[in-house]
Amino acid sequence: MTDDTPLSPLDAEGVAAAVEAALADVAAAGDLDALKTARLAHTGEQSALARANRAIGGLPGADKATAGKLLGQARGRVNAAVTARTAELEAERDARVLVEEAVDVTLPADRRPAGARHPLTTLSERIADVFVAMGWEIAEGPELEAEWFNFDALNFGVDHPARQMQDTFFVAPQDPDVPADASGLVLRTHTSPVQARTLLERGVPVYIACPGKVFRTDALDATHTPVFHQVEGLAIDEGLTMAHLKGTLDHFARAMFGPEARTRLRPSFFPFTEPSAEMDLWFPQKKGGPGWIEWGGCGMVNPNVLRACGVDPERYSGFAFGMGIERTLMLRHGIADMRDMVEGDVRFSTQFRAVV
Amino acid sequence: MPRIPLGWLGEHVALPAGLAAEQLAADLVRVGLEEEAVHTSGVTGPVVVGRVVDLTPEPQKNGKTINWCRVDVGAHNELDGDGRPTVPRGIVCGAHNFGAGDRVVVALPGAVLPGPFPISARKTYGHVSDGMICSARELGLGDDHEGIIVLERLGYGADVTAPGTDALDLLGLGEEVLEINVTPDRGYCFSMRGVAREYGHATGAVFTDPGLPAGDEGAARPAGFAVEVDDERPVQGVPGADRFVAQVVRGVAAHGPAPAWMQQRLTRAGMRPISLAVDVTNYVMLDLGQPMHAYDLATLTAPVVVRRARAGERLTTLDDVDRALDPEDLLVTDSTGGRGARVLGIAGVMGGAETEVGPATTDLLLEAAHFDPVSVARSSRRHRLSSEASKRFERGVDPQLPRVAAARAAALLVQYGGGTVEDALTDVDTTAPPAPVTFDPTHPARLVGVPYTADEVRATLEAVGCTVEVPVEDLSGDDGARVTWTVHVPTWRPDLRSGVDLVEEVARLRGYDAIPSVVPPAPTGRGLTRDQRLRRAVADALAAAGLVEVLSYPFVGAAQVDALGLPEEDERRRAVRLVNPLADSEPLMRTDLLVTLLDTARRNVSRGTTDLAVFEAGLVTLPAAGPGVAPRLPGGVRPSDADLAALEAAVPAQPLHVAGVLAGQVERAGWWGAGRRADHTDALALARRVGEVVGVELVATADADRAPFHPGRCARLATADGAPVGHAGELHPQVLAALGLPARAVAFELDLDALLAASPADPVEAVPVSTFPVAKEDVALVVDADVPAADVLAAVRAGAAQGPAGDVLEDVRLFDVYTGDQLGEGRKSLAFALRLRAADRTLTADETAAVRAAVVAEAHARVGAQLRA
Repeated sequence: MTDDTPLSPLDAEGVAAAVEAALADVAAAGDLDALKTARLAHTGEQSALARANRAIGGLPGADKATAGKLLGQARGRVNAAVTARTAELEAERDARVLVEEAVDVTLPADRRPAGARHPLTTLSERIADVFVAMGWEIAEGPELEAEWFNFDALNFGVDHPARQMQDTFFVAPQDPDVPADASGLVLRTHTSPVQARTLLERGVPVYIACPGKVFRTDALDATHTPVFHQVEGLAIDEGLTMAHLKGTLDHFARAMFGPEARTRLRPSFFPFTEPSAEMDLWFPQKKGGPGWIEWGGCGMVNPNVLRACGVDPERYSGFAFGMGIERTLMLRHGIADMRDMVEGDVRFSTQFRAVV
Repeated sequence: MPRIPLGWLGEHVALPAGLAAEQLAADLVRVGLEEEAVHTSGVTGPVVVGRVVDLTPEPQKNGKTINWCRVDVGAHNELDGDGRPTVPRGIVCGAHNFGAGDRVVVALPGAVLPGPFPISARKTYGHVSDGMICSARELGLGDDHEGIIVLERLGYGADVTAPGTDALDLLGLGEEVLEINVTPDRGYCFSMRGVAREYGHATGAVFTDPGLPAGDEGAARPAGFAVEVDDERPVQGVPGADRFVAQVVRGVAAHGPAPAWMQQRLTRAGMRPISLAVDVTNYVMLDLGQPMHAYDLATLTAPVVVRRARAGERLTTLDDVDRALDPEDLLVTDSTGGRGARVLGIAGVMGGAETEVGPATTDLLLEAAHFDPVSVARSSRRHRLSSEASKRFERGVDPQLPRVAAARAAALLVQYGGGTVEDALTDVDTTAPPAPVTFDPTHPARLVGVPYTADEVRATLEAVGCTVEVPVEDLSGDDGARVTWTVHVPTWRPDLRSGVDLVEEVARLRGYDAIPSVVPPAPTGRGLTRDQRLRRAVADALAAAGLVEVLSYPFVGAAQVDALGLPEEDERRRAVRLVNPLADSEPLMRTDLLVTLLDTARRNVSRGTTDLAVFEAGLVTLPAAGPGVAPRLPGGVRPSDADLAALEAAVPAQPLHVAGVLAGQVERAGWWGAGRRADHTDALALARRVGEVVGVELVATADADRAPFHPGRCARLATADGAPVGHAGELHPQVLAALGLPARAVAFELDLDALLAASPADPVEAVPVSTFPVAKEDVALVVDADVPAADVLAAVRAGAAQGPAGDVLEDVRLFDVYTGDQLGEGRKSLAFALRLRAADRTLTADETAAVRAAVVAEAHARVGAQLRA
C-alpha cells in the first residue's frame, strides 16, 4: 500500500495495519519531537486514517456505521497511545531536567550576614518575662538621676558611710556659678531609685521589676566595668514578709536556671532595707560545675523609704532586691573578660544568635 | 577591713581547739560578717630558735664581710658520734647586728619563707650554709631589714627561747588571720570585742565582754588634765564631742618598743609597730574599738579645748600633709599661745606632728573620746583622709568605751613601759543613754514570716545586749490590744534605732536559713506595656535585618564630638558634664548615639571587621533648661508635690535613641557574583523599618546641614505631622576619613521615644481584601531634575484618589528614574507602576484611564510634570 492508494474506510485489515504502524511509530518515538512527528504522520490531516475517516461521508448509508465504528476505534487507539507516550516522555524529560538542574548545595549561602541581639539585652528581656509571668510589671527610670531618688529617698544619709561606698559619678550643674558638687544629680549607682519613683507614681500595692543600666566609678578591666546592668524588684502590699521575698527569689532562680536552682540569704546591710540580706544563687549551669554565686542584695523595704514615698509603713510592708546581670551572663557562658561584653565587638554578640 | 588573728579573738570568746580561719569565716557569715580573705604568714617548715654559739667574721674579695656562725638549734643539731644532736649547725650570715649568745630565728632546710623562698643547704663563700638566720622582713613580720631578729631585744626571755623551740608558734607565724568585710551599720565589728560577740551569736560560744565599764565610774577621782569641750557650731545640732576622757601616765618608756607579742598582733592585724605609746593605743583600738591618741604631756599646755576650726587655721597632720582647716572641722587644741590656740589634731581623724611621742617622751596624756559620727565623716571626706580612727568614729563608737579604753591603755603602758598612772582623771561626759525603742514583740514574726515566740524574741534581744522592759499587762497574759515593749539598746549598737532594726537582729540571730520560702499570691499584672513591647520589636527587627546589637558607654569628649564635624553652635554640643569622669578626656554624657556608635564601629573596623552592620538602643542626655540643680531634700518624708516637680525639672531629659551604622558590603560577594555595598538606601530602609514596627510612616526630606552626614545624601526624617524623629543617609567623607571607617559608610539615628509618642494608640483597622481583578497602569512623568521624587509620588497618590472611580489605588511603586538627551537638560523621568483595584467591582477601561488622567493632571499641577511621550 502506498500513499497514493487511499485506505478504504471499510478495509478492516488495512485500518488495522495503519493502526499497528501508528502504534509502532509512537512507541518508537524517543523524545517529544519524534513523538510529534509520529503523531502528525498518523493522526494529521493527511494521515491514512484521517483520510479514510473523511471518506466515510461518501459511503452508502449501511456502510457508514460499520466504517465509522471501525475508524473511530482505530483512531481512538492511536490517540490513546500518543497521549500515553506523551505522558511518558514528558515525565522522562522533567526528570532529566531536574537532574540537569542540580547544584552543589554545599556551596556557601551566606549572601546576607545575619544580625544578632546583644546577650545582655536578651537576658534582661528574659528576666523581665519571668516577672511578667508572675503577674509583675516592668518599670523604668532615668539613668542620670536626682541624688534624692538615688540616695536620700532610699535612706542613705548625706554623711552615712554607705553613701561614700557607692563610687558615684557626680553630675556638674549647668550653671557655672553653682559649685561643682552642688547639682544634686548623679548617674544612678543602682536601679533602686526606681523603687522610690514607682511608689510615688503608682502607689501601693505594687509589684515591679526594673532591669537597667547603672554606673560606678570603676575603671574598665577584666572584672570591673563602670557601666553595668542590674535588675531591681519591688513588692509592696499588705502582709508581705521575708518569706515571700525568699519565695520570690527561689521562684525566679528556678524560672531562670532550672528546677535545681535556689537561693540562700546571708545577713547584710543596705540603708533602704531592714532586715537586709545578701543573696547567693545555687547556679546549676555554672561553668566548671554547680555552685553558689553572689547574686545580689535584698531585704524588707525600710519604713523610712516607704514614708519618703508617701506609703504608710504601719499598713504596708514589702521587699526589694537587686542583682547584677553581667555576672550571671559571665558565669553562665564562661565569659572570662568583662571587656568582651562592653566594647561592642560584633564577634561577641554574634556568638549569641541562638535563643539562649 | 578588719583583720582578725584567731589567737587574739580567742581572748574574748571561747574558740574550739584547732579552729581554722575558713570555719571561722563560715560561722561569721551566718551573722553577716563576710569573708574578705584568709591571710597566712607564708612561712612553713622547720623554723626554730637558735643560739649563736660563735661567729667568725670573714672578709670577702667583693669587700663584704660575712659571718660564719655556729648555731645551736637544739634537737635540730647535727648528730655527734654517739648519735646525739649536739653539733651546732654552720650558717653563713651577712648581718652584723648580733653576737655570740644571742637567740635568733633559724629557717632550716625544708622551710619556705614568703615569696615563696624555699630554704636548702647551699654552698656559699666557701662553706656549706645549713639554713638561714632570718630578719623580720624575711619572715613577713614587717619592713625591718636592718638586721636579723634578736629575740631578747623583742622581749622574749630565755625561758621561752630554748634552742630548737618552734619559732612559728613563738612568733605567731603559724596562725591564720581572717579578714572580714564589715557593713557600715556595724561599726563595733571593727574590733575584736565586736567580732567575738558576733562569733558568740553565730555559734553559742561563751563571750566575755572586755568593753564593759568597770563599775567604778562613780568613785571620786581628783580632777585630771583640764579639758573643755567648746563646740560653737554643732553639725545638725549634735555636739562634736560628748565624751572626752584624759588620763595622765608618767615615767613611761613611751618611745621604746612594745612587747613582741603586741607588735606581732598589730602586724598581723595590718598595722605597723611604731613605739610603745603608739602601739598600745592602736592595740586598745583594735581590741575594743576605741580610737585613742597619746600626746607627749611635756608639750601640752592646759586646757585642752575641743572646738571648731577658725577660718585660716592650718594643720600639718601626721602624714606630713599641710592642710587648710574648714570652720566645720572639729579640732582638739591645747592652750599653748592662748586658750585653744594650738591645733593638736582634727578630732577623730588624725593628729598633728607637733605633740607626737618622741624619743625623750616619758609622760603621756591619753585621749579617749567620743566624737559625732557626722562631724568626723565630713572632715574625713573633706580632707580625703580616711584613718583607722575616722573609719570607726563615722560608723559609731560605743560612748561608754573611753573610760574602759583609757584604763586599759594606761595599764598596758605601765606594765610594759614602767611608770605610774595618775590617780587624777578627766572625764567630760555629756552622753545620754540611747533612746529606748518602742517595740511590738509580734513585729518580727509579721515581717519575717517565722512564728518567733515572745520568749525567743526577748532572749535574742537580750543576747544582743538589749534590756527589755515588758509591761505588767503583758505578763498577766492580757490579750487583744497589741502590747509594746520598751527596749533599751546597748551603747555599742548606735544602729539600733527602731523596731525594724530589732526585727533584723531577731531574724539574723535566729538564722536566715529558718525563713521559709513562700511565693506571694500573683498580682494582676498587665504584661509589658505597649512601649516596652515596641522597643523589643524594634531591636528584634533590626537584628532580623542583619544588624548586630552592641552596647557602648555614654561617656564622650570634645575630640569625639569634633570628629563628627558638629558645628560650634550645634545643640548637640551642649552636654551634661560629669564632675569626676573616669577619663578626663571623656567628661561629657552623649547627646546622640552616633558619637559612641561610630566609635564602636571604628573599633570593629580596626580589629578587622570591615563589613559591618551594628545598632544600639540607648539613652542620650539632653541638658535641662535652667541651672541644672536638683533641690536637696531630706529622706524619710515624702516631698511636697512642688518639691517633686522641682526634682523632676532638674533631671535632664533622657530620650531613648536607636542608631545604626553600616560600612562595607551589606551583601557579600561570593561564588554567586558581586556583592553590594551599603548605601544611603539601606540606612533609609532600616529607619523606615523601625517606623513600620511602631506604626509610624516616616517622611524624608533632604537635609544638607546635618553632621556627621554627607550634605547631599542625608534625609531628615519626620512623622506625617512633621515632628522630627531623626536622620538617615551616607556619612560625611571627612568624618569617615577621620574615624578610619570605610568610604561610603551609612548611618541612621532615630529618637525612639518621639516615634513611640507618634505611634498610633488605636489598633490597626483592617481594610477588606478585594477579590476583584487588579488593573495595572504604568505612568512615566517628566519633571525638573531637582523635584524630589517624594513630591511626585505624593502627587501621584493624591491624583489617583481624586479619580472619578474613587480611591482605587492599591499600590504605587516608583520603578525607574531616567535622565537623557530625549528629555533635555535638567529634566528627569520618573516611572510609576500603579495597581488599581476597586472593592466592589471590576474596573472598566474607562475608569482606569480616568485614574491615569487624574494622576497626570495632579502631578502637572503640583510639580509641573508632563506625561512622558
